[in-house]
Amino acid sequence: MDLLEYQGKQLFAAHGIAVPSGEVASTVEEAVAAADRIGYPCAIKAQVLIGGRGKAGGIKIAADAEQAREYADAILGMDIVGPHGEGPFRVDQVWIEGGSDIAAEYYASVILDRGEKKLLAMVSAKGGMDIEAVAEEDPDALVRRHIDPTRKFDAAAARTIVDDAGLDEDVRDQAAEVLVKLAEVASSEDASLIEVNPLIVTADRQVVALDAKVTIDGNALFRHQELAEIADTVDDPQEAMAKEKGLTYVKLDGNVGILANGAGLCMSTLDVVAQAGGAPANFLDAGGGSKAEAIVNALEVITSDQKVTAILFNIFGGITRCDEIAKGIVEASGQLDLKVPLVVRLDGTNSEEGLRILAEANLPNLNQEKTMLDAARRVVELAGASS
Amino acid sequence: MSIIVGKETKLVVSGLTGREGTFHGLRNRDYGTDLVAGVTPGKGGQDVEGVPVFDTIKESVEQAGANTSMIFVPARFAAPAIDEAIESGVETVIAITEGIPVLDMLKTYWKAKEAGVRLIGPNCPGVLSPGKANVGIIPAQFFDQGKIGVVSKSGTLTYQIGNELKQAGEGNSSIVGIGGDPIVGSDFIDILTMYEADPETELIVMVGEIGGDAEERAAEFIASEISKPVVAYIAGFTAPPGKQMGHAGAIISGSSGTAQAKKDALEAKGVRVGESPTETAKIAVETLRS
Repeated sequence: MDLLEYQGKQLFAAHGIAVPSGEVASTVEEAVAAADRIGYPCAIKAQVLIGGRGKAGGIKIAADAEQAREYADAILGMDIVGPHGEGPFRVDQVWIEGGSDIAAEYYASVILDRGEKKLLAMVSAKGGMDIEAVAEEDPDALVRRHIDPTRKFDAAAARTIVDDAGLDEDVRDQAAEVLVKLAEVASSEDASLIEVNPLIVTADRQVVALDAKVTIDGNALFRHQELAEIADTVDDPQEAMAKEKGLTYVKLDGNVGILANGAGLCMSTLDVVAQAGGAPANFLDAGGGSKAEAIVNALEVITSDQKVTAILFNIFGGITRCDEIAKGIVEASGQLDLKVPLVVRLDGTNSEEGLRILAEANLPNLNQEKTMLDAARRVVELAGASS
Repeated sequence: MSIIVGKETKLVVSGLTGREGTFHGLRNRDYGTDLVAGVTPGKGGQDVEGVPVFDTIKESVEQAGANTSMIFVPARFAAPAIDEAIESGVETVIAITEGIPVLDMLKTYWKAKEAGVRLIGPNCPGVLSPGKANVGIIPAQFFDQGKIGVVSKSGTLTYQIGNELKQAGEGNSSIVGIGGDPIVGSDFIDILTMYEADPETELIVMVGEIGGDAEERAAEFIASEISKPVVAYIAGFTAPPGKQMGHAGAIISGSSGTAQAKKDALEAKGVRVGESPTETAKIAVETLRS
């Protein structure tokens, strides 16, 4: 789960990391009122879960109330696409904070290195720009050091990283302290990524986190009540509905609804549909041991997306029993007014029984295919072109 | 031969008295796995259909001779249960549980390393050595005994590929689910190493997916250390960046962890990568018979 910038900054502040003070606003009026309280110049920053906001026009400095109104009006409701094509993300909130007098811009992060199975601390004196580009063009400018999981990460350990990164000497102790606290945020809040870009030095030589990118491990939310509440508020309508029903659903752009059992098989199903020339509308993993009720719920979520023009069921029953899936499909057809064709491929545990149940029900609009590839081709043909 | 589980496996199941634990534990026994004990704190002295239950894993090692532990404990209690298994004296720990906090696993990973215990999972379907032993939730009926070793991040996708191999008349030495979490006890490289040393295994099928760089690391390793042919499949070409696709580890972060990058890395080292599960099975069969 990713946090918005202001949520990350609140987390930083709670752990004693200096951040500019500010307010969040979701209307132009609120934004102007907040800017008036904070004073000018102030920064008006789009709150979306993606980098590259500045380039997209989502961060502006307002010199007076008139500009604050103009920028808040432009930014609220804007759609921002990420540098790697993520999104688009609609801007529902802006964060307004006092303008900072910037003497230097650094970069600091603590992330989980999956390959090495350690936390990785990174510091650079070249902050304020795309750090992937810095790492590529000038690898030595980004100091990367793993945190020994068996020892406490203290100011002395952090200081060697800061020294090697060549930050200004007078602020190295402060920067090292920030790095220690970032590592503390990682372990005490179950964050698998914390990135501060830029970490600034102000004109009066204070080290302040001017941005915050934080990813919290969704599996650890049970022990972070406040973060769990944030997690409940960030989904789109279909994703929220799926979550409520306990389904793993990710919305995509296309028109072919997909239901499969197991994350890997579901991803593979999306790929095969795309290879057949189709555009998947969603990822939906019905999970292991799916019962009829889960299928009804899943179909309800998939069909609530108006773009869907055909649905593919790709089930390989292991623990999941195909007869249960078939019952679910029959039940769902009775409960929901399914207007789009279904293509069903059932294989694995109790598939013969499942196929028999479907044949007996003789549902209109239901097509059976024996293999994953044939099923993908059929559903693409039935779905027609994606609008 | 086979790897990780076999005729010598003496299994203890943590969480045997729970609904899922009972179902799968007994299913493993029915397959022929030597299930020697269950563990549930406070329920020592009871039994589950004749299988003795102990309070601790250590007791099951000392009194029932357990050498392999399977963890079927709910997520928030699972990391301590794995830690207990690591310290109990078993050689292998297979963690099925999904949803363990990743920083808990980070600590547990290093405990296993230090103790020299082989950890498989978490968030995995377990290990099956056809005709010998099954530890976990892999449905054994879709796999025959044979010469192909399978290692995979995904459960159902593996069943799909295994079934296609079976229909083509080929079987498996072992099927290892390494799990779909960001931190897993054994990576592709660990399992590839074991298959390389296993005389029964003649070809290896590796099933990866988006997220992390385990496939890229495996590609490097295959080029320098693995003499047996490897055929791969990668899922998630259509996954959008920044979205978690079911598995906690299946997420493209920025530009890293994409399916295309993994495919390119493997192909650059001469590993053939199938377009679909069906094609992957076909390539594996052709390669084995050529």
